[in-house]
Amino acid sequence: MILGRAFEDKCAKIYYREKMCGFAHLYNGQEAVSTGFIKLVKKEDSVVSTYRCHAHALSKGVPARALMSELLGKTTGCCRGQGGSMHMFSKEHNLLGGYGFIGEGIPVATGAAFTSKYRREALKEADCDHVTLAFFGDGSCNNGQFFECLNMAALWKLPIVFVVENNLWAYGTFHLRAASDPQIYNKGPAFGMPGIHVDGMDVLKVRKVAKTAIARARRGEGPTLVECETYRFRGHDISSEPDDLRDPAEKAQYAARDPIPALKKYMIENNLGSEAELKAIDKKIEEVVEDAVEFADESPHPPRSQLLENVFADPKGFGIGADGQYRFEDPKFTEGTAPV
Amino acid sequence: MTVREALNSALDEEMSADPKVFLMGEEVGEYQGAYKISKGLLDKYGPERVLDTPITEAGFTGIGVGAAYYGLRPIVEFMTFNFAMQAIDHIINSAAKSNYMSAGQMNVPIVFRGPNGAAAGVGAQHSHCYAAWYGSCPGLKVLTPYSSEDARGLLKAAIRDPDPVIFLENELLYGESFPVSAEALDSSFCLPIGKAKIEREGRDVTITAFSKMVGHSLKAAEILEKEGISAEVINLRSIRPLDRATINASVQKTNRLVTVEEGFPQHGVGAEICATIVEDSFGYLDAPVERIAGADVPMPYAANLERMAVPQVEDIVRAAKRVCHRSVPLAAAA
Repeated sequence: MILGRAFEDKCAKIYYREKMCGFAHLYNGQEAVSTGFIKLVKKEDSVVSTYRCHAHALSKGVPARALMSELLGKTTGCCRGQGGSMHMFSKEHNLLGGYGFIGEGIPVATGAAFTSKYRREALKEADCDHVTLAFFGDGSCNNGQFFECLNMAALWKLPIVFVVENNLWAYGTFHLRAASDPQIYNKGPAFGMPGIHVDGMDVLKVRKVAKTAIARARRGEGPTLVECETYRFRGHDISSEPDDLRDPAEKAQYAARDPIPALKKYMIENNLGSEAELKAIDKKIEEVVEDAVEFADESPHPPRSQLLENVFADPKGFGIGADGQYRFEDPKFTEGTAPV
Repeated sequence: MTVREALNSALDEEMSADPKVFLMGEEVGEYQGAYKISKGLLDKYGPERVLDTPITEAGFTGIGVGAAYYGLRPIVEFMTFNFAMQAIDHIINSAAKSNYMSAGQMNVPIVFRGPNGAAAGVGAQHSHCYAAWYGSCPGLKVLTPYSSEDARGLLKAAIRDPDPVIFLENELLYGESFPVSAEALDSSFCLPIGKAKIEREGRDVTITAFSKMVGHSLKAAEILEKEGISAEVINLRSIRPLDRATINASVQKTNRLVTVEEGFPQHGVGAEICATIVEDSFGYLDAPVERIAGADVPMPYAANLERMAVPQVEDIVRAAKRVCHRSVPLAAAA
């Protein structure tokens, strides 16, 4: 959780120093949800997120260096600088993004869960019990794709957990102004799956609920909808912070429930760690994040030839040029962009 | 072999060869396919591999993309490509762009197929041609078969391809029968993506077309032959990538071009071909390019209006004559 928080704070700093541009949707305040769920799954399990994906990526094991480089658009980034803040992918860690459209990740996550079932039933890999976690917000829960996927996941008993990070604000629209039934977990039973509500500011409570839901999916009993009540301390994204409509009293109320100090307090009170040990963790994370920024700073920008790479897995897709040869076979193909 | 049989056999063979290939869409299973393209596949491969989906294009297209990320090879059938508009976010944003956004980590070996363009009397919302829409998007491959051989070879190539392929069929062609060579019937038969076919060789004018319009163009070429104009008909087969080499070589031979498409004219396939010719063969043109396209109106329902809204053989013949004889004299040069 501390890594998530420190990383996002650093993002804000470098954004203001204009080393990073475009969109940056920061996760401050919601760390309990990401950590509570993702730390329970295996490497082979998949995580699908939204544009607010930095913390999910970190929880799933993507190195801070790779993420920071990606944000600075360097070729050492997890997507070689081609994705950016909103499009974090890692095949190695089974992190499937990073999507710019709300609700877009939900069907993709359902597809990943479908693959797990297909491998078991059609490809006869009896031990394939991979689970998928789909993270999305309160705004996505009014979107058509969300309902389509709740339906199909329940219909086909797919191994997926739908995790709603209800931070009450969809961009600048308060949840109660957008949802006819604001209790999102009610939508679960409507489609034939359990709907659970949990305090998303308490990592231990989230973890408890997550354990049940993930185990249920792994046993092949189907999906669960978990609504986590949480809050984002920063704006929807960095550039929209000056227009924040939220009442300072509301922000203060949730700031008092910050998951990180809450867990620290719990650990100290229950002798799970001393002040000194916790300070050491803080320091260590600071070093990790600083190192990530240094690494990213020193990494090279993508070379010109990278512009045309990775459009297709099979670059014959660029077609045949005027000389009758496949374009990509011409060694000068990546030098210019006009004849593409 | 009819185009329907060709598509069915291609699906059957590819599903048989690779257990990761599966078909999903509305009515593909128990109903045997809305147009009977997937007839018999449910019985042969079972409900795990032939999935009847609820009517939820955005949802099931996204599911297909998610499965493709993990190396399965889905074939997503849209009852018509008009309905694919409900899923266009996933086709473009999750499928076409993913290999690039993830720098090669997530390739998407998915095929989106279904009927495209006008049928007969189905009205404005069921008659749209999407060749130009998908043809403009990087990361996609867009194929438009005409004959049964095209259907077999291109569909097999599409299923085996590691990238997202848009496979635009035509409802009115499903029942048409074409001769097929023994080579085309072999289970390893595949046509290359990105290569057009010269259906008929000629000397005086090049006519480019795809899908149903190839048939119209061939008929027009026969009429033109009787009037002393030898037309070369090119079946594009692949809208993206476009076979610029074949088109240009042909125009450099004939010096005149008529592009034919069923879709709307503005920003259409013909417009792209025109630009291609201007870039690569400007000096070879003896007349401006003639662009035949569907009328710039939503498709009307009345049969006589519909006939006026879609290119007919006579339109192609007239255009070819115009480009050959210039019935309107050129303005006097300075």
